[in-house]
Amino acid sequence: MSNLLEVRDLHVTFRTPDRIVHAVNGVSFDVKRGETLGILGESGSGKSVTLRSILKLHPTHRTRWSGSIRLEGDEVLDMTGSVLADLRGNRVAMIFQEPATAFDPVFTVGHQIAETIKRHTGKSETDAWARAKDLLEMVRIPSPAQRLKAYPHEMSGGMRQRAMIALALSCNPSLLLADEPTTALDATVQIQVLLLIRELQRELALGVIFVTHDIGVAVEVSDRIGVMYAGKLVELGGVEQMVDAPRHPYTRGLLASTVHGGMRGRRLEAIPGAPPDLAEVPAACSFAPRCKYVEPKCLAAPPPLTAATEGHLVRCVGRIDTLAA
Amino acid sequence: MDSVLSVDRGGPAQPLLLAKNLRKHFPIPGGLLGRATRVVRAVDDLTLSVAKGETLGVVGESGCGKSTVARLLMRLIKPDRGTMILDGDPVDEPHGITVNELRRHVQMVFQDSYASLNPRLTIVETLAFAPKAHGLPHAEARGRSRDLLAKVGLEPDTFADRYPHELSGGQRQRVNIARALALRPRLVILDEAVSALDKSVEAQVLNMLVDLKDEFGLTYVFISHDLNVVQYLSDRVLVMYLGKIVEIGDVEAIYGKPQHPYTRALLSARPTMDPRRRTQEAPIQGDPPNPIDPPSGCRFRTRCPFAESVCAGTEPVLADTGKQSVACLMYVPGSGHSKAA
Repeated sequence: MSNLLEVRDLHVTFRTPDRIVHAVNGVSFDVKRGETLGILGESGSGKSVTLRSILKLHPTHRTRWSGSIRLEGDEVLDMTGSVLADLRGNRVAMIFQEPATAFDPVFTVGHQIAETIKRHTGKSETDAWARAKDLLEMVRIPSPAQRLKAYPHEMSGGMRQRAMIALALSCNPSLLLADEPTTALDATVQIQVLLLIRELQRELALGVIFVTHDIGVAVEVSDRIGVMYAGKLVELGGVEQMVDAPRHPYTRGLLASTVHGGMRGRRLEAIPGAPPDLAEVPAACSFAPRCKYVEPKCLAAPPPLTAATEGHLVRCVGRIDTLAA
Repeated sequence: MDSVLSVDRGGPAQPLLLAKNLRKHFPIPGGLLGRATRVVRAVDDLTLSVAKGETLGVVGESGCGKSTVARLLMRLIKPDRGTMILDGDPVDEPHGITVNELRRHVQMVFQDSYASLNPRLTIVETLAFAPKAHGLPHAEARGRSRDLLAKVGLEPDTFADRYPHELSGGQRQRVNIARALALRPRLVILDEAVSALDKSVEAQVLNMLVDLKDEFGLTYVFISHDLNVVQYLSDRVLVMYLGKIVEIGDVEAIYGKPQHPYTRALLSARPTMDPRRRTQEAPIQGDPPNPIDPPSGCRFRTRCPFAESVCAGTEPVLADTGKQSVACLMYVPGSGHSKAA
């Protein structure tokens, strides 16, 4: 299968009046058509910055990108003006954590979806509204004709998130970017939205990048999972490889410190310390200060991403195979 | 400052805190001349007891009233009706203890670690504030604060004179926990206290909560939307839906053999950790209804797969079913529900 998206050696730095933040420090990955890539990481790991870079959503005067992001062969980082505007929505769409702030509160949901369709496809008012109704039906919103006339505040959280998915899919993008879209939802609603995204992804053969901090959520939706730490992918592999045989000490620590059933009464294996400050480009393994397997060569140079087994990449120079699970 | 109340009075069998028939409705201004015409029924007729030394977990979705329960137990808000008894002493009643005395023994940790701290006070000033307000001399209050910092894993020489913005989220939440312990309370209410932390930091704080409970002989009320964390920490679990308790019991019973259809749905809505056994179908559809106009009868009936006409007319009360108590007509013999005995 051909690659829908190819990200190569992506670096993103932000300049603020008093400091420079190295948010993403050399990220490379591919997304195939009809594939869901989960990106797992904690706050400040660079997962959302990586995602937003695919649409160049950061303010250009403060952001420096380098490397390459190719969508179906076209270089995104070189796009500006109307070419970039056509990329956003038409080819790549995004859904966010907080649907209440992603919608404009003074227009109805139907108006906002129809306007997007008219802007991108040049359809007539009537056709755009008809398409909007079909979209609400597609995301399983009951009585869609009435719901088109609702304002965002008149919808529940789960329904707003469904409406935002409808908006995102309104112009048939080939790549959907999801930035923690279920984090703000209640448990019984979260699972409904996760299943909806999974079904739509299959029906429409979408490529999806799903960013989350929740391992369970990543396991529910992903074909492959990448784990980010301090602006780098530290491990990338198929979902079963990642859960059954995680190799990077950080991935293992993350799995061990995630509370789930059956751990009652046992002490949790916490990872000591906290993620590093990103003011400087790391000169060694960023995880080394928190790693219990650290050795001198970890501090000599940043470790490369190497293939541990077929399709399973790990950024660790430790004796991975001898590390106790 | 350590009054007689600090010591155990009623013995281990007497509940540390009893709340009976607590009710809190929030009026919504509107209607003619700004009179309240509608109310949010945040907590309705809630009765619970917290045993000495236990951890009571409280779970439920947004709008179910779990944070209102926390604020009622701490008396940050006044209940419309209902009584509270702390180790035998009625609260805010003649011959009982005052609300101020209650708050000496019941402390709280909130979700937002930054908003909970005064940005203009250094960490040691924050920790010494309440003990000084309760009459402890300045030097002694500061000394105790430094001890507390060490207890929560923050090196006093490094952190005592810092300001909240100079700390990470995990460090700030440690300070909030230390502050809650500064008055040597007996009950600590943790309202989503670890929810904003990253997983690797959350595990550190959970381990610390377990250690502090042993060391200081604390009792916890642990409120969270994260069912896995509640299972890890709690001895008993209380499940709330739209202002009502739907099920309460030992953690093994609630997680091992949940009875209320809502508890079952909530537990099976948890994302799996096993890619070969992904969730195929959502256990229930729709969102939780608005607590302004809760459904008549059983409040869960609008989303319940077992709802029958009798559920609309009769409000189920909590009934003991052996290992737990459940508010569902399916467990009430002769209730008229087809699944009832």
